[in-house]
Amino acid sequence: MIDWGPLYLTFELAFVTTICLLVISIPLAFWLSESKSRLKPVIETLVSMPLVLPPTVLGFYLLVAFSPSNAFGEWLDNWIGLRLVFSFEGLVFASIIYSLPFMVHPIQSGLAGIDVSLREASYVLGKSKSRTLFKVLLPNIRPSLLTGIVLAFAHTIGEFGVVLMIGGNIPGTTRVASIAIYDEVESLNYGVANAYSLTLFALTFGILLFVYLVNGGYLNKFWK
Amino acid sequence: MITCKLKKELWSTSGKMNLDVEIEIQNGKLLTIYGKSGAGKTTILRVLAGLFTADDGKIEVDDSCWYDSSRNIDLEPQERQVGFVSQEYALFPNMTVQGNLSFALLKNQDKKVVEDLIEMMELGDLRNRKPSDLSGGQKQRVAIARALVQKPRLLLMDEPFSALDREIRNRLQQHVLAVHKEFGLTTIHVSHEAGEVLKMADEVLILDAGKVVNRGTPESIFSHGGSGFNITGEVVQIDASGKNLTVLVGTDLIKISSEDSDYKVGDKVVLSTDKFEIVKK
Repeated sequence: MIDWGPLYLTFELAFVTTICLLVISIPLAFWLSESKSRLKPVIETLVSMPLVLPPTVLGFYLLVAFSPSNAFGEWLDNWIGLRLVFSFEGLVFASIIYSLPFMVHPIQSGLAGIDVSLREASYVLGKSKSRTLFKVLLPNIRPSLLTGIVLAFAHTIGEFGVVLMIGGNIPGTTRVASIAIYDEVESLNYGVANAYSLTLFALTFGILLFVYLVNGGYLNKFWK
Repeated sequence: MITCKLKKELWSTSGKMNLDVEIEIQNGKLLTIYGKSGAGKTTILRVLAGLFTADDGKIEVDDSCWYDSSRNIDLEPQERQVGFVSQEYALFPNMTVQGNLSFALLKNQDKKVVEDLIEMMELGDLRNRKPSDLSGGQKQRVAIARALVQKPRLLLMDEPFSALDREIRNRLQQHVLAVHKEFGLTTIHVSHEAGEVLKMADEVLILDAGKVVNRGTPESIFSHGGSGFNITGEVVQIDASGKNLTVLVGTDLIKISSEDSDYKVGDKVVLSTDKFEIVKK
């Protein structure tokens, strides 16, 4: 009998991560699209780092930073009661960092693509930046938002290195599907590995196909 | 009364230019800034709206100060109570015509003003349409209506009619003049069309390469003294001899022959005569 726990955990992780990323990335992308600050290139670089950095490097430093045997990890553990190594919360935190560019980049380029006169028109009408963002800008970049949400979700499903470094392989807590597949292959349970793999393959294909259908306008005829 | 002194170094296509202007406008008047493209007209409006900061200067509106470089005051666009109608309309594509106007409402403002403006600008049939389904003239009417919802202290219009054809332009100019009077607005309007200036402005200010070179009533600026008549137009056709020209004046074509033949199509010309004959139609 196949244990569906790892798949369930994978989607739970991807869902929570995507929600958190959406909350973080909208203001961040707005700031990046508008700012003339000297700090901007530094922030942009940091956001993009997970694209090129080996996931194990990221995982390694997160593991070191959050380990309760280190000052910061100890402080987190004692004062907030948050232990980020080998826990689900740790996976969420690492996934947020790891998938950040996949959410921020589409939203940022969507915002940058909107004619600046719309933003100015709203400001001149006395509307605050946040009201302009939510009422004028975001409704006009729905395809970018959808792309960001789906890429971040799909990318989190596909994580392996970061998750293994900071989460390990604890069934029900940090044993996500990608790690379970590795584990089953090591134990020569090819059948189970295949079941997990096929599910991930089919679901990610379905999700990406959906995005291309929506953003390409192929589905418009169904809701017009 | 609005007074404004501005200095700003600008980079235009023809190199560096120093914008250095002083503008005064009485409440309830319509001032037109007239000049070639690149003279700094749009910059002045953007500085007044708070979308662009000058290097040096002062903007005072009645008893409040919007900008003063010496005292480090520079109000955000949100705090200035201006209406701004730009060349590109800038309607919010996700909202209907009515939605665009309602978005402009201030907190606790009576919604009736939206209905009044929809009626005044003849937008009733279009109220549920999105901007992408409107023609240029319709979009511009919505943009003007939207700028008026808050009854701004200062209405700024940047060549609002330049992208429209002549007939629609004439009607819209009438509309704008009507609401300008109805709302008792103070308006600054940018134009590079002499006809528009004559029709609309109480006062005109001629801007050239960032400096005010002349100011006064449109009649005093555009008539050239003497008792004769001057009509400006554009050469649109020349026959083979080069001496018989067709000149576009307003919407009319006038055939005229000339002594010399060094005209070319596109030349701006002045037709002058000492006396017209006038007969009843």
